[in-house]
Amino acid sequence: MRPANGSACLIRLCAGLWLTLALMLSPAQAQQAVPSLTGHVIDQAATLDAAQLMQLENKLAAFEREAGTQIVLLLVPSTQPEDIASYANRVANSWKIGRKEVGDGLLLIVAKNDRKVRIEVAKTLEGAVPDLAARRVIDQTLTPHFRQGDFVGGLDAATEQLMAQIRGEALPVPGSPAVRALDSIGWQDLALLLFVAIPVLAGVARRVLGSGLGALATGTLVGAVALALTASLLIAILAGVGALLFALFSSFGTGRGTGIGYGLGGGGGGWGSGSGGGGGFSSGGGGDFGGGGASGDW
Amino acid sequence: MTRWFLILVSVATLTGCGYNDFQRLDEQTTSAWSEVLNQYQRRADLVPNIVATVKGEAAFEQETLTKVIEARAKATSIQVTPETLNNPQAFQKFQAAQGELGSALGRLIAVSEQYPSLKTNEGFRDLRVQLEGTENRVTVARNRYIQSVQAYNVLARSFPSNLTAMVFSYQPKPSFAVPNEATISTPPVVDFNKK
Repeated sequence: MRPANGSACLIRLCAGLWLTLALMLSPAQAQQAVPSLTGHVIDQAATLDAAQLMQLENKLAAFEREAGTQIVLLLVPSTQPEDIASYANRVANSWKIGRKEVGDGLLLIVAKNDRKVRIEVAKTLEGAVPDLAARRVIDQTLTPHFRQGDFVGGLDAATEQLMAQIRGEALPVPGSPAVRALDSIGWQDLALLLFVAIPVLAGVARRVLGSGLGALATGTLVGAVALALTASLLIAILAGVGALLFALFSSFGTGRGTGIGYGLGGGGGGWGSGSGGGGGFSSGGGGDFGGGGASGDW
Repeated sequence: MTRWFLILVSVATLTGCGYNDFQRLDEQTTSAWSEVLNQYQRRADLVPNIVATVKGEAAFEQETLTKVIEARAKATSIQVTPETLNNPQAFQKFQAAQGELGSALGRLIAVSEQYPSLKTNEGFRDLRVQLEGTENRVTVARNRYIQSVQAYNVLARSFPSNLTAMVFSYQPKPSFAVPNEATISTPPVVDFNKK
């Protein structure tokens, strides 16, 4: 696979292709799929009845409104062939629960048939819920209840304890200035750039460099700025071309800014919502799970 | 006008060659590697406490304990610099030492199961939980390092960014090899019935 010298480009190309192919094939081992994130409580093991599920869901939703932290309970029949720790980490990192700007998420996962349980803690919460605290919740609350078959009682008590731990940590509360400032700062700057800086810039550049060259300079500059902001060449080219067209057409007094608006608007595609408000539940998209937490069995 | 256009094209192709991607991924592998080191350090820091607790246990298997102490000394004696990443031999050596410490610790925990008074010792139980958490973190950190190296190496070997790699002499980075992680990696499930 590893060519000894750099002369044969074809070999490298093939190596690259093989590597890509291997990458595409490697996750094809029989792993459990990541369930879709439908709420704070996801019961795939048919353990809770509707009322119990609703009670836990309401409690966790209320806690999210109060403290901002997203706690999700996931009950699955089994995590085989994967270890519960790596499965939990995979699920948590693909959901990325926790507020975008804080990253406070916590996943409690129960593999019913494996008789295993794990509390997976996002990096932000590793101070509030260290491994030992998570282990204590499992040993002293979850497993005694689970041994008696009382799943809802165990989960209810465990979430109470976890919530108490998290309340003790000084995390920004929802709607606080710190959270809002972090949330909106990028967009205000971008809007300012779009609607004030570019028309001014285009006007000056046209006057100094002439119509064609001025427009080209504007386009290049906007493209460069977009590249620096979004690190994507495609968006940068789109934005640059948009600005170029804008600068060209605005000299004839037509086509007011639709080009740029479209070009830079493309950058917004991947931005998730902040903390989920009242209505439906969605992941904050900020949780980063580094393997913190603890596992146990009953 | 033509000159401006040429400059624009050359800037666009330079980024198209993946120069910026190389910088970004290189930085990503470096930070992923730092996290791996961070977690290894955390594990090494736990070992003296574990050893001290186990030593309190009368007649604990001395050989197992000595092996852990030796493996830790060896693992922490290896100097790791950012250049380690670009030096496959040093990387292998470091990995071998860490793997040894991992397996020595694994054996210690397994042996400790035979000592009922250790199993009920609160301090030892807490240390076990911490060790387990650290091993999980090591696994996650290594996974992230492997992923970032994969992205970097694919870029370094695939066309046309391999030309950029050649011009700036960016070498593919080493990743974790299987023989060194026998203790951590679980055996793969072989299923011949499945396509």
